[in-house]
Amino acid sequence: MSMLKIEGVHTFYGNIEALRGIDMEVNEGEIVTLIGANGAGKTTLLMTCCGSPQATKGRILFEGQDISRMPTHEICHLGIQQSPEGRRIFPRMSVHENLQMGASTQDPKYFDDDLEMVFDLFPRLKERISQRAGTMSGGEQQMLAIGRALMGRPRLLLLDEPSLGIAPLVVKQIFETIKKINREKKVTVFLVEQNAFHALKLAHRGYVMVNGNITLSGTGAELLANPEVRAAYLEGGH
Amino acid sequence: MDWAYFLQQLINGLTLGAIYGLIAIGYTMVYGIIGMINFAHGEIYMIGAFHSLITFLICQAAGISGILPLTLLLMLFVSMILTSIYGWGVERVAYRPLRGSFRLAALISAIGMSIFLQNFVQISQGARVKPMQPLIEGGITLMRSPNFDVQLSYMQIIIILLTFVLMVVFSTLIAKTSLGRAQRACEQDRTMAGLLGVNVDRTISTTFVMGAALASVAGMMVTLYYGVIDFYIGFLAGVKAFTAAVLGGIGSLPGAMLGGLLIGLIEAFWSGYLTIEYKDVATFGILVLVLIFRPWGLLGKPEVEKV
Repeated sequence: MSMLKIEGVHTFYGNIEALRGIDMEVNEGEIVTLIGANGAGKTTLLMTCCGSPQATKGRILFEGQDISRMPTHEICHLGIQQSPEGRRIFPRMSVHENLQMGASTQDPKYFDDDLEMVFDLFPRLKERISQRAGTMSGGEQQMLAIGRALMGRPRLLLLDEPSLGIAPLVVKQIFETIKKINREKKVTVFLVEQNAFHALKLAHRGYVMVNGNITLSGTGAELLANPEVRAAYLEGGH
Repeated sequence: MDWAYFLQQLINGLTLGAIYGLIAIGYTMVYGIIGMINFAHGEIYMIGAFHSLITFLICQAAGISGILPLTLLLMLFVSMILTSIYGWGVERVAYRPLRGSFRLAALISAIGMSIFLQNFVQISQGARVKPMQPLIEGGITLMRSPNFDVQLSYMQIIIILLTFVLMVVFSTLIAKTSLGRAQRACEQDRTMAGLLGVNVDRTISTTFVMGAALASVAGMMVTLYYGVIDFYIGFLAGVKAFTAAVLGGIGSLPGAMLGGLLIGLIEAFWSGYLTIEYKDVATFGILVLVLIFRPWGLLGKPEVEKV
């Protein structure tokens, strides 16, 4: 059954129509990736799923429930967590406090176990536990953003460009962790990436977005082999 | 140099500074969380003063004003609760509908709210100065000198102690509790806080309620300390507490407390050694100097964050 179903969603970003009728779905247990050029509307789609901004037209169903008119904080309580574009960790809080913020929706009794789980995935965060998050490196901040989202015990994890601005070695590590989160923690992942090669290799299925429309979809392997995708997103460096 | 006189001004300055500090916290917290100056905050303080006076008059009419601790506690809590409702209402009516609008809109709305509340109290309570009978009299003579005795009144002790306790409780609340954490999160990134399940609107409301509660305590203490209030006291006290918040670093909680104390001390020493007529000029001169040379204040930081 599809966990997240997006039906004909339009969203305005200021005066610009950033999404022009998006249809896509994410099934339970999958890693689904959305690739596309800068400015295609990928981030807007993720944020629209979280109700910030809300869709102007269309429906977004999470486990059958229409969430397109719900306030952001209530959507989060349903089990959708996001590690957003630019990471958006709280720079003047410690790593520990950032993780506490991630657990805002959760019963405190889970906190210690979940903290251990996040430290298992990202041992670096444990070393930095009392450091001010804003003083950490980009890679560490990305780990914190994902860890913070996991503290909310998501069933659906939205990841927006976790590889952006991060050293290649760390990117590899983060992608491996995403795989682990999906397999071992049974978290469904919706991954937005510009790093199409890595993302398509990791994902079960993928979608390609151009100018606010979905132009292609298929399994990760299909898209990797697709000549259009290769020409537009893969050739030239990766 | 006359140390007795100096000591007396120090005591007076600390008392005054404690009151400014309590009001300044409301400015700095609201600025921190929604990035606007709540110019109606001085009026909230004035309304707090009226609530405490009205509560006292009701106690007197009920014949329980003889039991001093009970009366004082009733004044404190009734005033805090009623004034908090005003603080909540101001945000609800004047600022929330304008959230997401341009910054100047909320500022104009704040000034409008300030004028409205002043006039509301003037009409409902009358324009005349309201006297409050002294409830706590006497004090300690700290030092005797040939021409001057240094007095520390019980009222001053209460003001300084109560302010100290409130500030400790309040700082702990912000630093340690999940509510305080949510407030700081909203301050740093409101959208992100929402994505993590924080009810941002409610957190902002709570901030206004907390600021109003502290301002009402300041209002009650001024009522007891000076013994007179009127509908206009919120303006000057408000602008001075705002100056204190800017001096300490707007957005910084310890800054607001420090700024409040400094403004109180500057005012007391200026009045004591220079001219009492120009004490307000001194305060606002400081505001101008801070804005020119150190706009981020003493404890605030110029906004540089590693992204």
